[in-house]
Amino acid sequence: MEHPAREGRGGIAGIRRDFPLLDGRFAPHRAGVRGGDPALDGKPLVYLDNAATTQKPRVVIDRLSRFYLEENANVQRGVYALSERATAAYEHARTTVQRFVNAASPAGIVFVRGTTEAINLVAAAWGRAQLNAGDEVVVSEMEHHSNIVPWQIVCEEKRASLRVIPIDDAGDLRLDEYERLLTERTRLVSIVHVSNALGTVNPVREIVRIAHDRGIPVLVDGAQAVAHMRVDVQELGCDFYAFSGHKVYGPTGVGVLYGRPGILDALPPYQGGGGMIRSVTFDRTVYADAPQRFEAGTPDIGGVVALGCAVEYLEGVGFDEVASHEHELLAHATAMLSSVPGLRIIGDPGRRAAILPFVVEGVHPHDVGTLLDHEGVAVRAGHHCCQPLMKRLGLAATVRASLALYNTRDDIDALAAAVARAREMFA
Amino acid sequence: MTSDVLELYQQVILEHNRHPRNFRAIEGGRRAEGHNPLCGDQLTIHVRIDRGIVVDAGFQGSGCAISRASASLMTDRVRGLDVEDAGSLAARFDQLVTSPVGSPVEDLGTLTVFAGVRRFPVRAKCALLAWRTFAAAIDAREETVSTE
Repeated sequence: MEHPAREGRGGIAGIRRDFPLLDGRFAPHRAGVRGGDPALDGKPLVYLDNAATTQKPRVVIDRLSRFYLEENANVQRGVYALSERATAAYEHARTTVQRFVNAASPAGIVFVRGTTEAINLVAAAWGRAQLNAGDEVVVSEMEHHSNIVPWQIVCEEKRASLRVIPIDDAGDLRLDEYERLLTERTRLVSIVHVSNALGTVNPVREIVRIAHDRGIPVLVDGAQAVAHMRVDVQELGCDFYAFSGHKVYGPTGVGVLYGRPGILDALPPYQGGGGMIRSVTFDRTVYADAPQRFEAGTPDIGGVVALGCAVEYLEGVGFDEVASHEHELLAHATAMLSSVPGLRIIGDPGRRAAILPFVVEGVHPHDVGTLLDHEGVAVRAGHHCCQPLMKRLGLAATVRASLALYNTRDDIDALAAAVARAREMFA
Repeated sequence: MTSDVLELYQQVILEHNRHPRNFRAIEGGRRAEGHNPLCGDQLTIHVRIDRGIVVDAGFQGSGCAISRASASLMTDRVRGLDVEDAGSLAARFDQLVTSPVGSPVEDLGTLTVFAGVRRFPVRAKCALLAWRTFAAAIDAREETVSTE
């Protein structure tokens, strides 16, 4: 099997060149952005919304394209060579992802549309089979809506209830409260690995250990983790792990649900259809084993293949390089932003990933976002799909800068300067 | 700073954001709630109507500069108008901020500063929140107004 991820080898230096959208000069005229604002023409794009989605390296874009140019056929059913080739590429991506998160077997890797669908899958399939009236599901105050709403839906259906681990003022989970919340009624803990709004890295291993001591399974929402740190699902010990392809330099529309050995085969199907059965009669249908049981219908084959390429690219760069680069950038960003008058960084968790939320005195986050955009700096402003967390923080919205392996100190300096100018304008 | 953004954040808007007028509740008046789910902005519009005339208007809540300035200018502007004229002004303001860039702009006095929002479709909702909530208040509609 060829290795498509040649670029990125040898570390971080010059890595921006691997990303066509970031390489060279931002050309809003050509891109048709905002009617082609001439003041931005020729400025580099400062992309700091990586927690929303990352840009894609050329190898990933090329891999997606090559699939459709040379390999396109449906998977798992054709008897002809092209279909076998597509199936091989698709299953190669599965073993690549298996290695990427160190799952025990490729059967533990289910391809879905993204983190949201992965959590919905577990809420629907596991919840339908396992939840009863009076049962409890434990989430935390810092969850994204996608790790709240699916549980609310299934809890309402089953007359079960949702319990919430509070956070402290620094933005860390209250582990003492967590232990208190676990009772004989607790059926599942579903917890975010890295908070998309605060950047908090949760002590997942400890959270899992505490739940497992009581026989309670744990789902981990890894959407914001996998691009920034080596994730080893066996070391974490979790029962389910969910992440999205597009936040780890892959395409949108594909994601992964990991299930530990044995747990997926015990679940009823999520969706019914082709590809997920062993045999069908009008009297009785026998489902396929995992992972096929949970992949009804034709999957996003090209997207999955390109996702495999994306994680190979990231492995090629190396997590030691990624972590040290992002750590250094985060320290620089923290120092630079702290020096902007009137700027307040939100939260001070014990361990923070490359996500930095802040507010600026006298300037609403949306105004900060608009003003930064007009200097070519892309950040996110709003509640970040974490309305309960925003309520806890007593904020309507924040500005969020989120970093990736291709960001530079210049990006951070441009951000800090643009925020300072926004504040001056509103003073 | 680009010309677009300077047209959006005109001095009038920045000034009303800093020092909003009529930022208060009105006892015994009508009220309506407005909500912009995209950004979480929350606005309460208060109106007192006497014999068909808007005799007082105020607002409370949190929002960006565009939505605060819009509410501030609106509450000044509608005072003294009869309900029908106020409703029609709300419709004309809607037209002003949602019409395509380059199309003619109706002169609505100070309110015309919001024409700059047309280049920022996402932000048009911010400018409209106060007016749509106000329209609900004078119609005495019960439900929360949403700009989604």
